[in-house]
Amino acid sequence: MSGHEFQSWFPESGAIDYADTSTRITETTIEEMRQIAARYPQARSALLPMLHLVQSVDGRVSPAGVQACADILGITTAQVSGVATFYTMYRRRPGGTHHVGVCTTALCAVMGGDQLLGRLSEKLGIHEGETTADGTISLERLECNAACDFAPVMMVNWEFFDNMTPDKADDLVDALSSGQQVRSPRGATITSWQEAERVLAGFPDGRADEGPTAGAASVLGLKVARERGWKAPAAAPPIPTPDEANATETGAK
Amino acid sequence: MTDLLTPVLSENWADERAWKLTNYERRGGYQALRKALGATPAEVMNTVKDSGLRGRGGAGFPTGMKWSFVPKDNPKPKYLVVNADESEPGTCKDMPLMLASPHTLVEGVIISSYAIGCAYAFIYCRGEVLHVIRRLQQAVREAYSAGYAGKNILGSGYDLEVVVHAGAGAYICGEETALLDSLEGMRGQPRLRPPFPAVAGLYASPTVVNNVESIASVPSIIDRGASWFSSMGTEKSKGMTLYSLSGHVKRPGQFEAPLGITLRQLLELSGGIREGHELKFWTPGGSSTPILTSEHLDLPLDYEGMAAAGTMLGTKALQCFDETTSVVRTTLRWIEFYKHESCGKCTPCREGNWWLVQILKNFEAGRAQEGDIEKLLDIADDIGGRSFCALADGAVACLTSAIKHFRGEFEAGMKTPAWELFPYELSTAFPVRSAAGLKGAHA
Repeated sequence: MSGHEFQSWFPESGAIDYADTSTRITETTIEEMRQIAARYPQARSALLPMLHLVQSVDGRVSPAGVQACADILGITTAQVSGVATFYTMYRRRPGGTHHVGVCTTALCAVMGGDQLLGRLSEKLGIHEGETTADGTISLERLECNAACDFAPVMMVNWEFFDNMTPDKADDLVDALSSGQQVRSPRGATITSWQEAERVLAGFPDGRADEGPTAGAASVLGLKVARERGWKAPAAAPPIPTPDEANATETGAK
Repeated sequence: MTDLLTPVLSENWADERAWKLTNYERRGGYQALRKALGATPAEVMNTVKDSGLRGRGGAGFPTGMKWSFVPKDNPKPKYLVVNADESEPGTCKDMPLMLASPHTLVEGVIISSYAIGCAYAFIYCRGEVLHVIRRLQQAVREAYSAGYAGKNILGSGYDLEVVVHAGAGAYICGEETALLDSLEGMRGQPRLRPPFPAVAGLYASPTVVNNVESIASVPSIIDRGASWFSSMGTEKSKGMTLYSLSGHVKRPGQFEAPLGITLRQLLELSGGIREGHELKFWTPGGSSTPILTSEHLDLPLDYEGMAAAGTMLGTKALQCFDETTSVVRTTLRWIEFYKHESCGKCTPCREGNWWLVQILKNFEAGRAQEGDIEKLLDIADDIGGRSFCALADGAVACLTSAIKHFRGEFEAGMKTPAWELFPYELSTAFPVRSAAGLKGAHA
């Protein structure tokens, strides 16, 4: 262990870290949490996005965040932490500016995910679940992220990085470490893990129009169909309703 | 004769900024909504029923029939929940759809909600897809501004709130009752059924839960007609659908075709298996559908064709593996996935998958012992059908089909490590300079 572990995969202890009571939650945060709660017919539905908001502010699920969720929703802190510790996207410890994930579920693993994770671990000098000493990168093993036609896949702050190779992975983390601008090939400019969490809480960052409509693999079938002149059948002409048919007949008479 | 490929959902994916409302409208978007609002909800529901559309999330249940199970006389509010939690290993069709053309889904949500008679609709999207969520959020905002959502939609008097909800990382939330618990702000754990969501779903109210692709198919059905939709596909599997080809194929990608196309046909369109290699095994619809081999290339990829072969169409996630791949390794990795994603509610699944992983690790390392194959099957027998939801059955299907087709590889796992029988660096999509550290990658 490097001493910078953030623990979200196979955690040894499922608990929220109550030893670290630091927080940056303000009245504004509380107000935004109330806004989230108001989106739903029943306020408790807001708990998941509220916890995303807590992470965007505190970089983890903090004790103060747990308390704030409990207060606003009128539930116990145990109920909040019970939820917070169930889902893998919630962190119990602070992580790096950027969250770098490598998919190692069967297909990506076979296509090179295992090698990518090994390479990055070696290069960054950390194991999965840990953060570099300079605080820029946390490395995590991911499960299938729904981009298998772009395997092997990596994610940075939950943006797609497709068809990865060891060299591309090297360049990616070099760029992230040195603060260069990085763009997802099927997404937006990389901001930070915390800013991404704010979007997941339902507060847009104005980047929806960045990036392409689709990646090459997504439009492959469409391209093949166009090359060969294939398309869906034409819609049948509308069948006249009985009333319309009668009206036409009457008109003809 | 219908063409081999029939792009409908994916028709606009190559358009510049297809995700913008104006571009969607330019292609006739939201005309289906106008048409639907001019009809009665019952007429819309009947059109979807008549089309023969079946759920595209894996189970293949008729969508219109699912809608009709919502009781008319229940005084509670009704809800539509779109399952956009796409997490089944291999499945990658809903994400490109929502990224490229979120309005196709949003229009489908509004029409379907109108048919069901609900005033609230939720799109529950897995959290690990930031840009997809950005595009969904924006599409919903655009729909509100244009008067397609919110109060008095297009002057019809119909009101609908649409909420985009981001999950937080849990495969189990793709299971519809776990998804509902999660959407209620709880741990995502499946519920005992009955009651089914149609009767007691979200907030114990009548709820329809449908997959993204199912709901996204609705606008085209309303626009072009039930008979147009059912003119594609096979006798009981109607319409077009997205097939996702991945793995050791020359050109992986999405192919939209009428139900019933074969893997051989799809492979031909994608250039076949990568140069110098041959197909060894594949999944028809994600890791939870029993694997098939090169013997099954000519089976129709529809609900019945796959059921007849002892597997399932699932999500049409065709993960193809060539002869360099170790079945023991992929099976272990998939079972590790199920072990990690078991929500812990049911003992057979929670404990059983943990034990399967321990034993499969021995097979991978060449350290399995005589009788361990039987032990795997015995544990699988204790898991399958003995848990609340299908996660456990998926894990079992993955394991037992691997043993059924490739028992010899498991037997070899009693003597030789999988990485010696199938050097892992031969399977990768890129050349590996050194094999060193491979074993360690997952130690």
